[in-house]
Amino acid sequence: MLADKDRIFTNLYGDESADIDAAMKRGDWQGTKDFIAKGQDWIIEQIKESGLRGRGGAGFPTGLKWSFMPKESDGRPSYLVVNADEGEPGTCKDRDMMRHDPHKLIEGCLIAGFAMRAVAAYIYIRGEFFREAEALEKAIEEARAKGFLGKNACGSGYDFDVFVHRGAGAYICGEETALIESLEGKKGQPRLKPPFPANVGVWGCPTTVNNVESIAVVPTILRRGASWFAGLGRPNNTGTKVFCISGHVNNPCNVEEEMGIPLKELIEKHAGGVRGGWDNLLAVIPGGSSVPVLPKEICDTVLMDFDSLRDVQSGLGTAAIIVMDKSTDIVKAIARLSEFYKHESCGQCTPCREGTGWMWRVMERLVEGRADKSEIDTLLDVTKQIEGHTICALGDAAAWPIQGLMRHFRDEVEARIDAYQAKAAE
Amino acid sequence: MSAASKAFAWTSENEAVAQKHIAKYPEGKQQSAVMPLLDLAQRQNGGHVTQEIMEYIGKYLDMPPIRVQEVATFYSMYNHKPIGKHHVQVCGTTPCWLRGSDDIMSACKKRLGITKGQTTEDGMFTLSEVECAGACVNAPVVAIDDDYYEDLSPESVVDILDKLAKGDAVKPGPQVDRQTSAPVGGATTLKGDKEGDA
Repeated sequence: MLADKDRIFTNLYGDESADIDAAMKRGDWQGTKDFIAKGQDWIIEQIKESGLRGRGGAGFPTGLKWSFMPKESDGRPSYLVVNADEGEPGTCKDRDMMRHDPHKLIEGCLIAGFAMRAVAAYIYIRGEFFREAEALEKAIEEARAKGFLGKNACGSGYDFDVFVHRGAGAYICGEETALIESLEGKKGQPRLKPPFPANVGVWGCPTTVNNVESIAVVPTILRRGASWFAGLGRPNNTGTKVFCISGHVNNPCNVEEEMGIPLKELIEKHAGGVRGGWDNLLAVIPGGSSVPVLPKEICDTVLMDFDSLRDVQSGLGTAAIIVMDKSTDIVKAIARLSEFYKHESCGQCTPCREGTGWMWRVMERLVEGRADKSEIDTLLDVTKQIEGHTICALGDAAAWPIQGLMRHFRDEVEARIDAYQAKAAE
Repeated sequence: MSAASKAFAWTSENEAVAQKHIAKYPEGKQQSAVMPLLDLAQRQNGGHVTQEIMEYIGKYLDMPPIRVQEVATFYSMYNHKPIGKHHVQVCGTTPCWLRGSDDIMSACKKRLGITKGQTTEDGMFTLSEVECAGACVNAPVVAIDDDYYEDLSPESVVDILDKLAKGDAVKPGPQVDRQTSAPVGGATTLKGDKEGDA
């Protein structure tokens, strides 16, 4: 188990104050000026060496992403945008970081923003997180008052500011180009790539969009050293991670653990175990609603990191673990996710706009068993026609839960159809 | 200014807030403030936006009213008809559903005597189902106005509604004995050695 001294988010639960004095006692804003003095290349190199991969779901190497930003301006300013539009079902980690440890994120904005030569950071926070946005605004004011932000931030000679932009209820804005559109004051509909945001992002300027956790861990990585972070977890899957454990466990919780911890150990040590014991486990969605569900036999041994979960045809995603015990109607659990994606499709691409509704309606019939078995293959075929055929990954995200269900629980779906048909024949 | 847009205007206090929002964005990019301004106007107007408000904000930000309307109708948090004093938003997505959100919704319906999308006759409550609120380890969750009420039971949510109906104070956050998102019974981490990382 990860030692407390190796935990980054030491106020994850809000036991202490979130204000700047308490944050500084916890180590925040220490040596910030010195890191900036070492230069952009040094910071990016440290983040590359740490092995940090994006914490928002895709797992792209963070240092590499920063290196795509222009080193010399063509006259346009560059921007850092922080994706705090947390809404992937199962996920609630960024919320804790913003309300209880906001200075880690804000200090991270300055360091990351400097490293990519940005003039400012915009934190795009989901509209429902009203109190969390208040906490961020307060922390930014505190940092400005101490001279940590603004002109000559931290006495570094670098000018940098951070702003909060509240969303207004649209899951799609967690997609980086939809988020950029929204930040420009438009509907949150994703853009085609290329051009990539590092070339043409917000207001037509070079932009990097990073998840809250990816930015909030940066100051600690620099303070503790890249090798410290790289020494946790496994190669290519390094560092610590805040996991969200929800559903049928005795004690749902958020917890920061070492990357690569076995799923079973994580649930039993921190969440009080599966309700009714490990043998009462039916399935787990290991990385937020978009990743395919895993049956118990895989959960018995799987490790919680990017590569281990990819190897079992699922994903780490946002590291949001949704636990389902044997009392769960697994078909309904997935059908509810299909309803979610139907609700959240932005309507721009036909396969997603039409397909998410179509898949949901079929899933609702499969919950009852009111279907023909051949429709399972038709449904899978439709998921394949949506996957990869839309501008953004929402179509994929809607397709994968159904594919995961049929991969592992097709027997259950077929049994339900048999039962329905037997009853109808009576 | 047309007659239609005279009906709505910022209060002097909100005028200052609106200007503060606009100042966050680069010069000439004031359209970026359309979302915070719609939210501000909705609050000033008692919970919903109107055609007049969308036109007013369009003029205020020098953007076509249709662009304001596109934004106002795309996002779920802008209401286009009057809502109750308290907006009760029950999360029904899978993590909450696994922890009994159907029972929470039933309890709310029964207590308020309305169904999803309706407002009580006295104008006190509007009931909605929302998609993932993003507080899944504290499921089931209900957002009421700007606060989250977490770890609910049918009894505790009814108690909250009773108190709000009477104008009594309510405590947001977990409704069981629990520190925010830490496990019930106490944290398994961060128990002693909390030295900074400096």
